[in-house]
Amino acid sequence: MPAVSKGDGMRGLAVFISDIRNCKSKEAEIKRINKELANIRSKFKGDKALDGYSKKKYVCKLLFIFLLGHDIDFGHMEAVNLLSSNKYTEKQIGYLFISVLVNSNSELIRLINNAIKNDLASRNPTFMCLALHCIANVGSREMGEAFAADIPRILVAGDSMDSVKQSAALCLLRLYKASPDLVPMGEWTARVVHLLNDQHMGVVTAAVSLITCLCKKNPDDFKTCISLAVSRLSRIVSSASTDLQDYTYYFVPAPWLSVKLLRLLQCYPPPEDAAVKGRLVECLETVLNKAQEPPKSKKVQHSNAKNAILFETISLIIHYDSEPNLLVRACNQLGQFLQHRETNLRYLALESMCTLASSEFSHEAVKTHIDTVINALKTERDVSVRQRAADLLYAMCDRSNAKQIVSEMLRYLETADYAIREEIVLKVAILAEKYAVDYSWYVDTILNLIRIAGDYVSEEVWYRVLQIVTNRDDVQGYAAKTVFEALQAPACHENMVKVGGYILGEFGNLIAGDPRSSPPVQFSLLHSKFHLCSVATRALLLSTYIKFINLFPETKATIQGVLRAGSQLRNADVELQQRAVEYLTLSSVASTDVLATVLEEMPPFPERESSILAKLKRKKGPGAGSALDDGRRDPSSNDINGGVEPTPSTVSTPSPSADLLGLRAAPPPAAAPVTSGAGNLLVDVFSDGPAAQPSLGPTPEEAFLSELEPPAPESPMALLADPAPAADPGPEDIGPPIPEADELLNKFVCKNNGVLFENQLLQIGVKSEFRQNLGRMYLFYGNKTSVQFQNFSPTVVHPGDLQTQLAVQTKRVAAQVDGGAQVQQVLNIECLRDFLTPPLLSVRFRYGGAPQSLTLKLPVTINKFFQPTEMAAQDFFQRWKQLSLPQQEAQKIFKANHPMDAEVTKAKLLGFGSALLDNVDPNPENFVGAGIIQTKALQVGCLLRLEPNAQAQMYRLTLRTSKEPVSRHLCELLAQQF
Amino acid sequence: MVWIRFILIQNRAGKTRLAKWYMQFDDDEKQKLIEEVHAVVTVRDAKHTNFVEFRNFKIIYRRYAGLYFCICVDVNDNNLAYLEAIHNFVEVLNEYFHNVCELDLVFNFYKVYTVVDEMFLAGEIRETSQTKVLKQLLMLQSLE
Repeated sequence: MPAVSKGDGMRGLAVFISDIRNCKSKEAEIKRINKELANIRSKFKGDKALDGYSKKKYVCKLLFIFLLGHDIDFGHMEAVNLLSSNKYTEKQIGYLFISVLVNSNSELIRLINNAIKNDLASRNPTFMCLALHCIANVGSREMGEAFAADIPRILVAGDSMDSVKQSAALCLLRLYKASPDLVPMGEWTARVVHLLNDQHMGVVTAAVSLITCLCKKNPDDFKTCISLAVSRLSRIVSSASTDLQDYTYYFVPAPWLSVKLLRLLQCYPPPEDAAVKGRLVECLETVLNKAQEPPKSKKVQHSNAKNAILFETISLIIHYDSEPNLLVRACNQLGQFLQHRETNLRYLALESMCTLASSEFSHEAVKTHIDTVINALKTERDVSVRQRAADLLYAMCDRSNAKQIVSEMLRYLETADYAIREEIVLKVAILAEKYAVDYSWYVDTILNLIRIAGDYVSEEVWYRVLQIVTNRDDVQGYAAKTVFEALQAPACHENMVKVGGYILGEFGNLIAGDPRSSPPVQFSLLHSKFHLCSVATRALLLSTYIKFINLFPETKATIQGVLRAGSQLRNADVELQQRAVEYLTLSSVASTDVLATVLEEMPPFPERESSILAKLKRKKGPGAGSALDDGRRDPSSNDINGGVEPTPSTVSTPSPSADLLGLRAAPPPAAAPVTSGAGNLLVDVFSDGPAAQPSLGPTPEEAFLSELEPPAPESPMALLADPAPAADPGPEDIGPPIPEADELLNKFVCKNNGVLFENQLLQIGVKSEFRQNLGRMYLFYGNKTSVQFQNFSPTVVHPGDLQTQLAVQTKRVAAQVDGGAQVQQVLNIECLRDFLTPPLLSVRFRYGGAPQSLTLKLPVTINKFFQPTEMAAQDFFQRWKQLSLPQQEAQKIFKANHPMDAEVTKAKLLGFGSALLDNVDPNPENFVGAGIIQTKALQVGCLLRLEPNAQAQMYRLTLRTSKEPVSRHLCELLAQQF
Repeated sequence: MVWIRFILIQNRAGKTRLAKWYMQFDDDEKQKLIEEVHAVVTVRDAKHTNFVEFRNFKIIYRRYAGLYFCICVDVNDNNLAYLEAIHNFVEVLNEYFHNVCELDLVFNFYKVYTVVDEMFLAGEIRETSQTKVLKQLLMLQSLE
């Protein structure tokens, strides 16, 4: 028992731990624990007052029991008492007990605030650190409310000890992460930046973390950190390997601090100041140079520390993406690592190169390593390394090497780990489409995919090949021939039958001239697969058969025989039965002409984003997009590969089995709102029909105010899978808004209700109303699928300064949304001062196990807080003149995007919020409006004038307000509406 | 935002020797994470990397004798920096406990928390100098 022999522990504790360790069974352990719990309880309840040592010992035993996984329901008060002890060891155990158990008993927090306050004020650095660590470890909102104001003071106080500053910096960081609103920026911020100059490297290390976090939301306030960080970094990287003494780690000066400084710099664009930039580039070069020097130690610690800095340096170089020379050097350095004996380095080099591949400066340099990467794909033992190799091949692929990369990936697929097969399939499918020079290669590739890994070929992939074949008549004959050959294999995957069935049904006629693939041969080949296939495939094949009747009248009798067979007409599956009945009747009653019309070749599909790309993005999760969806380079590919343009991913993929003929009685539920069943709940609550309106009539102002709810309590993170803290995720925790977010937002500038967003899964509707500087918004989330959404969590995020400008209180919604159901979320909004950017709405949930996330712009724009003001012409002109400073005016001349209709324009201006003033402008064609923007802090008077010019189809819009940014912003918002 | 989500020390059998959480989890979730990490890490061999993807994060880990030291961070964080942060931490433990072994961590679990708090706080690296950390620990040791 080493601890006991050291003689500094608590003997009773050591004995107890030994006893537990000696227990032979779980039962014996529980018995021993219960005995101990009874003992401790009696001591705590006993008449004799316990001394500090005993109390500490028993609390420590309780903690040990808790850590073994047993519930502890007493002893908290004794732990709290320990905090007021003036002995360090007793205080420490008290704080530890609270930090560890606080999750399960948050009432404790209130009891200890006083003790923490005393310790923070004690001027004893040891006690201050204990208190700060406790706050940092608990990090709850209550703690923030109690202490957020004190900590900045401790952090920048001249007389604080270094260790206290370190703890205070990180303590503040934790509180800021938990509740940023409780940590107002102030004059201390400038002094925090200057901690980067502190003599004590530990203080700098802690301060960099704090600044990195704060500057993300307040980049301008912390801008000065750039030059300080650069000079600090420069001093470190140019110092000799032992200069920094305590902070040298295996001959590497201050590796962690260097990494942190480099990460801080990645929060900003390249320095504007030429001298600072020069110095930084010098640093980056020094790091790259040092990587080439012989190692100062053979220890892996030395090379790891050195390479930690190197990789972070490369990240910064990639982040800047502006120094071709450095990018290429970085690439060469990584190239050396690709063959390093350390698996870690090979892995990291592959990963880092992936981002280099997307820079136009280093793309070519990355490509030179193709053989090494292919080799890694074949030979690496660690599946995660192989996966990185596959990622890199995908990223470095372009027209010049696509055939090689695709064929290597296909070869790899035959032996690939099951875990990554689907992803490889998606990648191959995307590359094959994107870089197809001729589409026969594309068709071959996809059919190979089905052959090799049919189970992993998702619907998206085989739908896509059908879309492309349908849209390109130059490949249809080849496709028909190829699927026909593929179907001749004795065992072929069901996906092959689906693709084959569809293509032959459409284009089988193109190969019917060859007696080896004459219509009867085609039919019997397909029909030989029929009975072993699933219902969905059989349904698809039935559609193929009816198409055959049209294409090849000679097969009519045979096929009618098949349709007429009892196994079809009386099939237990209603879909199959219906198809058989309908197709049989159709083929019997319809004339050839009608048949030819109904069963005509499918029209081309509209061009759209490949749904495969969307799926791959979903698989990779948010943030992985940059390396994957490259809209980069290759403009020449548009004609032939236009289908993969990164356009909105909201379109649905047509399901060939469901809608091949468009003959079905009812449209499939996902395609259009149906009149009954689950879909009904989704039918616009926003339509103008009075029945569907929720009762949201005008509320009296008092009631509106009194109904403002207190903010939702901070919710504990339920799942690690959700990377955003539930309470208030910062903008960097959520994905960027979807590409069409701005367009969707624009739709709501002049109206308050409508459908904000809709895709195959989800519909989000909005109803809102605004009074003065207050607003209330109802968001309706409709689950369009039949499957429950899980972990459903919509959150509102305030990027940048917005949280000081706009307060949005949200209520939590249920974490589950049943299929077809709709949930409602209420937002109370208060405009504190004028603002320019709308809040973001981040919606996350799991659908069928796959995480979904979506970020939209919430339709709250400054004009929502307009109060219309009526005034006479004279008043208007007087005020117009008063606002005559050039910066008070914003003007835009723009082309009309919509027909110029005076009534529509009027409605839009009223919807925008201003009053419309008649008889003010001498020209009756023009529109003049006035209003006041109400915010809590101030009111902004606004005047506007819109001059249409019907002949030129142009408008001139002029805004005058007392605040320059407001004029400009309103002008921009309004100009987009006409 | 980049920070350590948790630090775990486990032995091969899956017994937890330290669990330090920098994010709110309820007790069931903690237990689940502990089991998952153990399952993910113990199947890997010496030829594998010291990094493994874990849910939406990654685990940086290193094995010392029968103990796995694991740090869970964001996927875009610096792998090698955390790998060496683990080693730095282990060297401090080794110095502090004079040739640390698993039993030291068991019997002195309450001291291990102090060591962690000196070196990592709020999910960030607080102090990296072994000299400074050990000096502070010895000072605390001398207090009553």
